[in-house]
Amino acid sequence: MTRAFLAICLVLSIFFSACVQKGGTSGGNDSGDTIKVGVYGDMTGPTSSFGQSTKNGIDLAVEEINAAGGVNGKKLVVVSEDDQGRPEQAKTVVSKLISQDKVHAILGEVASTNSLAAAPVAQEAKIPMITPSSTNPKVTEVGDFISRVCFIDPFQGSVMAKFSANTLKAKTAAILGDVNSDYSKGLTQFFEEEFTRLGGKVVAKEAYTQTDPDFKGQLTKIRNLNPDVIYVPGYYGQVGIIAKQARELGMNMPLLGGDGWDSPEIWKLGGDALKNTFISNHYSAENPAPEIQNFVKAYQAKYKVVPDSLAALAYDAAKVLADAIKRAGGTDSAKLRDAINATKDFPGVTGRITLDAKRNAVKPAVVLELMPAEGKFKFKETIAPEGAETAPPTAPGTNTNTTTNTNK
Amino acid sequence: MDTFVQQLINGLTIGSIYALIALGYTMVYGILRLINFAHGDIYMVGAYAGFILATSLGFAENPSIFGFGVTLAGAMIIAAAIGMAIERFAYRPVRKFSKMTTLITAIGMSLLIEYLFVFIFSGTPKSFPQLLTNTNITLFGNATISTSQILIFVVSMLLMVFLQWIIYKTKIGKAMRAVSFNINSAKLMGINTDFVISFTFALGSALAAAGGVLTAQYNPKIDPLMGIMTGLKAFVAAVLGGIGNIPGAVLGGLLIGAAETLVVGYGDYVGIPSTYRDAVAFAILILVLLIRPAGLLGSNVQEKV
Repeated sequence: MTRAFLAICLVLSIFFSACVQKGGTSGGNDSGDTIKVGVYGDMTGPTSSFGQSTKNGIDLAVEEINAAGGVNGKKLVVVSEDDQGRPEQAKTVVSKLISQDKVHAILGEVASTNSLAAAPVAQEAKIPMITPSSTNPKVTEVGDFISRVCFIDPFQGSVMAKFSANTLKAKTAAILGDVNSDYSKGLTQFFEEEFTRLGGKVVAKEAYTQTDPDFKGQLTKIRNLNPDVIYVPGYYGQVGIIAKQARELGMNMPLLGGDGWDSPEIWKLGGDALKNTFISNHYSAENPAPEIQNFVKAYQAKYKVVPDSLAALAYDAAKVLADAIKRAGGTDSAKLRDAINATKDFPGVTGRITLDAKRNAVKPAVVLELMPAEGKFKFKETIAPEGAETAPPTAPGTNTNTTTNTNK
Repeated sequence: MDTFVQQLINGLTIGSIYALIALGYTMVYGILRLINFAHGDIYMVGAYAGFILATSLGFAENPSIFGFGVTLAGAMIIAAAIGMAIERFAYRPVRKFSKMTTLITAIGMSLLIEYLFVFIFSGTPKSFPQLLTNTNITLFGNATISTSQILIFVVSMLLMVFLQWIIYKTKIGKAMRAVSFNINSAKLMGINTDFVISFTFALGSALAAAGGVLTAQYNPKIDPLMGIMTGLKAFVAAVLGGIGNIPGAVLGGLLIGAAETLVVGYGDYVGIPSTYRDAVAFAILILVLLIRPAGLLGSNVQEKV
């Protein structure tokens, strides 16, 4: 009896999965009046705040685009997948988006390690992929179908090095990075290079893994060297605790980080220990410019929270994609790729977006101070890429130079 | 000198947690000869149970010893119940089959718990509320100890003494020792072995949950996969001390914790990068299995073939 029941279940499940697959393909072919945009990100994993913000930003942008009549008369449809923050899963879901859902373009990941895992799949299938916020330079080096709307780590790392040397007048620095993250490794390298160039000295380079039960071992070691600042280029899940444990050990020097700290969760994890900490970021929600405030208002009305920079970048990425589809006159993959890569002076929330020859956006960064009492990031200063002004760069040639400058 | 003392304090803090979890591994192994791979996840379940209790009962807003005590006890009771349920519904039905079957069941159970929690609570790390106000006490020079570290030492030592008392001074403890000595003879002597096994799971799970709540006080980030690495290291601690041996588990836990932190602190001098802290625990496991498979305090028992 049980056996018969199991057999029936098995047959049914095979039948259903076949149906689902069939449904998926036919839906993909039948895309006459819609354009499918695949979104993948960490919805349930260790950096899920990133994935959710990104999804929110894209949804808001798509909603606005569709409300305004869509692109070339076609509506955008978002197909989203969860990669649980795992690189191998990112690769799998992007394959699914391309082969099963037949998406025309892909937006995603935040964490560079995950983008790096999935980018070759998109490149091979010739489906344009725009990553909103992966800052590791290697991501777009995968190929010409991969681009991004954010600045890259050589610049982000140098911003914090400049800020510590020039504004905080730091002479010595220690670095505590995440050993498994391409993002963290890139920032560590570029911070060190720039800080040394500016006459500072990196006295210690320590690393942790995301599963470390505590960070006091590394911090105690750093404490002995008594650096002026500690650079912690990690993700919010760990840095809150690192700040807390550093303060417990009596280390009250400024802690510095990058956009990986930008999550509402950080206030709960770090609390008061986040006083005297600074991060580099893509935009400041406090910026009074009307395009930023309109976005902040629309986002707050929909999601009841202040958009973090990941939401802002995702919003920009979706708008850049829509703009490129319009210019390409359709979703032909080679034309769309060329249109995306030719994006110039696009007015985004996170600044004017122009893609350089390496398909990276060249934009200024902002330095924000963390205000744990109010639970918000306070704008400190804007740091522009070397050679470029805060105003939008004029010729694509200038941008290429800029990247080479900051790359050295 | 003060740096060394500081590193030692840091190491023994984590070591105490490993010890609490290792006790559960060792007790279950002692009685069933089963490595309960889901045990590390019970530690996580304990932390989440504490999190839910603390936030829903409002202890998060006003830190007090009472609130902490209730959270700790509540988490231990919930975890004990879940531990018993796992034994009853997952392990007992397969107990009569080969040991491999039970082992695979344990691995399956571990994955089930982890992803069930990802499904319910999402993988986003949650912030565990501070239940006791945390202050730092300077010992000498630069060496400091925080009250949450003292709490971990004191509570884990008390729990270990309590466990020792249960095992050597109570009737159920005697029954546990009898079952671990020979389960069939124990059954013949009229001991309700199913009950003893259930009780052992409850006890081990409660200790792991205490470990979870204590860690969450010290490192207030909890996520559904937090038990994997910690559980594995506690398992190594149990093997290091001699699996099945209770004082051995405590010793093993403290040693692994200290070894790990000292590698972070001083590994550079002997050419081991600080990121090898996880590798060290497993290197120790391999060495123990090669040199002294019975563990530090374990006795060498001839397996009957």
